[in-house]
Amino acid sequence: MKDRNHNGRNILNILIGGEAGQGVVTVSQILAKGLVRSGYFIVVTQSYQSRIRGGHNSFAIRVGTEELIAPQESVDLLVALDKDTLTIHRDELTSSHLAIVDEAFGIDGDSILRVPFEDLAGKRFSNIAALGVVSALLGLNQGLLIKTIEDFFGKAHLDAAKGNRTAFERSYGWASERSVSFKRLTHIPEPAGRLMMNGNEAIALGALSAGVRFYSFYPMTPATSIGLNLTAHAQKMGLIVEQAEDEIAAINMALGASFAGAPSMVATSGGGFALMVEGVSLAAMTETPIVIAVAQRPAPATGLPTRTEQGDLEFVLHAGHGEFPRAIFAPGTVEECFHLTRRALEQAERYQSPMFLLTDQFLADSYRAIEPFDVENAAQVRAGEGTAQATPYRRYAITKSGISPRLLPGATENLVVADSDEHTEDGHITEDLSVRKQMVEKRLRKGAGIRAEAIPPEWEGETNPNLLLVSWGSGKGAVKEAAARMRAQGEKVAVLHFSQVWPLVPERFIGCLESAARAVCVEGNAFGQFARLIRRETGFPIEGKVLRYDGLPLTPKYILRELGQK
Amino acid sequence: MVTIKDYGDYETAWCPGCGNFSILQAVKQALAASNLKPYEVLFVSGIGQAAKAPHYLKANLFNGLHGRSLPVATGAKLANPNLTVIVESGDGCTYGEGGNHLLAALRRNIDVTLLVHNNQIYGLTKGQASPTTAEGVVTKAQPQGVASAPFNPIAVAVAMKAGFVARGFAGMIDELSALIQEGIAHQGFALIDILQPCVSFNKVNTFAWYKKRCTPLPSTYDPTDWVEAIKVASEWGERIPIGIIYRNERPCFEDRFAVLSQGPLVGRDLDRELVKEIMEEYQ
Repeated sequence: MKDRNHNGRNILNILIGGEAGQGVVTVSQILAKGLVRSGYFIVVTQSYQSRIRGGHNSFAIRVGTEELIAPQESVDLLVALDKDTLTIHRDELTSSHLAIVDEAFGIDGDSILRVPFEDLAGKRFSNIAALGVVSALLGLNQGLLIKTIEDFFGKAHLDAAKGNRTAFERSYGWASERSVSFKRLTHIPEPAGRLMMNGNEAIALGALSAGVRFYSFYPMTPATSIGLNLTAHAQKMGLIVEQAEDEIAAINMALGASFAGAPSMVATSGGGFALMVEGVSLAAMTETPIVIAVAQRPAPATGLPTRTEQGDLEFVLHAGHGEFPRAIFAPGTVEECFHLTRRALEQAERYQSPMFLLTDQFLADSYRAIEPFDVENAAQVRAGEGTAQATPYRRYAITKSGISPRLLPGATENLVVADSDEHTEDGHITEDLSVRKQMVEKRLRKGAGIRAEAIPPEWEGETNPNLLLVSWGSGKGAVKEAAARMRAQGEKVAVLHFSQVWPLVPERFIGCLESAARAVCVEGNAFGQFARLIRRETGFPIEGKVLRYDGLPLTPKYILRELGQK
Repeated sequence: MVTIKDYGDYETAWCPGCGNFSILQAVKQALAASNLKPYEVLFVSGIGQAAKAPHYLKANLFNGLHGRSLPVATGAKLANPNLTVIVESGDGCTYGEGGNHLLAALRRNIDVTLLVHNNQIYGLTKGQASPTTAEGVVTKAQPQGVASAPFNPIAVAVAMKAGFVARGFAGMIDELSALIQEGIAHQGFALIDILQPCVSFNKVNTFAWYKKRCTPLPSTYDPTDWVEAIKVASEWGERIPIGIIYRNERPCFEDRFAVLSQGPLVGRDLDRELVKEIMEEYQ
């Protein structure tokens, strides 16, 4: 590296690949954190198989000096912890790539850096040695990376800490002395104190900042880490996280806790959500606040457990027998995961209704560099702050807004009676059909408030565009970047992105759709579910579709290729 | 001093002669004897004729889905352990639809009292077999006779070393009321299986059938003797033992949550400094 080019690069794709159990994720997370601490922006795409050992896992980090919003398939720097990684990712390599491989693989070539991992670090620390080599090649500060490694492992055994440090230093030194033509990253003199966070971590933090007190779950990829993040802070924050016997129990437990006065939440993926569905209807009928996060993965049935898709929009929209209002928030970024979780908890309490967060494996696992949130001024969600309007208290008092004052059982001498049967204002079973009609209308009136609070779609780009790309949820970054690239080619392109997919308020966006010469809906499913929903709600047919359902996330390159662009 | 009158008196939707009337009476007696005010009690029930019972007295109530009362009760008790939480439902709801939740509740040992109206038949849906219907019993839905062996809730609960396991009979109101009172007082999960006739749909297990068989356990019986309890739990025939069959002092589930030592989860203020500390861990 003595002859390395001092004009650094501003953007770069790194991919670390290996078998499950080789520490791909560990070493990648440390590298990503090191990059964020060094002031760079990142977008991480994790691709892993549903197994604990063997197979192939990869962790791709798109890193840049400017903000990045989408993943990119091409690879400039490949770190192959096993031989297969080289074969699997061969087609993604750019013309100026470099591949870091173990000398023991016996592979050679122009753009291959053979590293004597065993000599540098022994078998146990060879992944840390790979980190040392990459850090040196990228021009990252050695001390900063060592600190990051130490922070990651915490107060681990002394010999492990020492082994990591030695492995890192030796390999960093080894790579620094090589003559490798690889352009390092442009140095950032004063890194901003950004956070490295993925979608699930941001959902957990958003929930904590809103004062969530109860969370129950049954483990299911890719939702599990929301619960694990909450568990890690449960003692400190004063909440209970309980692993339930199944998803049916999870949602019913959360409803019991919510009824008693603890702001509550559950998360799962499609199959687990299928089990929760009766509970969704129960939340609506008993008017019990709850937030349900559905982290989508490809289905039907078990599908591809560890991959991504946006295939459950129609399912979540229609889940639950009967008619009742709901809101579905679909975060497009890690920041939105935080803010929309808070919003969902607030609205669940305000409207005493089920509220949804619809994410997916890509966003759940995608680390980004983000600015800290203003948690010091974040409002707390408080349960059951209503006051009894009459004696005896009527849990389902008919009101103009449809919202009845909610009291908590045991908090006052008033009795709180909730029923899954159709009920009278005081919560008892009824078969009086005129009461039935009043109660349906009362519940549906809450929908007007939810609709009034709906987040309008975000418009970006030219007015009266030749091409309008319509997107929702985690497709946000990829679609915006694809549009920006087309605009850079002189095309008149705009984006209409929805971070709330229900309720839709057509008058707020129909003009946008009509202003475009051509509209194309970009989404991660095979039906074009959002395009269908728009048509159902507005009558506007979005004829063009870019769909992806191979288990991988939408990327700018994929979108441009499907649009017939380069 | 709380009296039975504090729990009110309501018209019901039950058949005349239904065992539910006696159970309702015994529940009210037990609550009054426990000196619990209606607002201090939360009933959670499911679906079925038994699950309607808490509508006919004054208390807080969450009448949820078929089979799902135990998880609702678990969540409510964890959120506010100051509430006395009682689950009341039938044999179909508890032993059929909600079977997995019963197993989990036995393991957790949360301080919830479970009252199961066990009439060995589905009443609300008009006479199909329940998980406790005897083998061979003919119903409209099982014209060849029930082919499965009946579920023995007592034996399962004792085998799992549940905190408090008892059997009552709707025809012995005072004894039943005493069992319920003890179940409520017990610190931990209490299962009280209550035998009752269904006058409309169960022509086999009639009032007279139960009356002939239900026999209180002798005063010398020691419910803390697990080996003896296993034997008594499997007794079902000419003699059906009534009373506390097994009990122990296992720690309750909610006591394992250190966060609850500072009081209920309900109504706590958010400490934003702590949220900030957690956020900074991501730096």
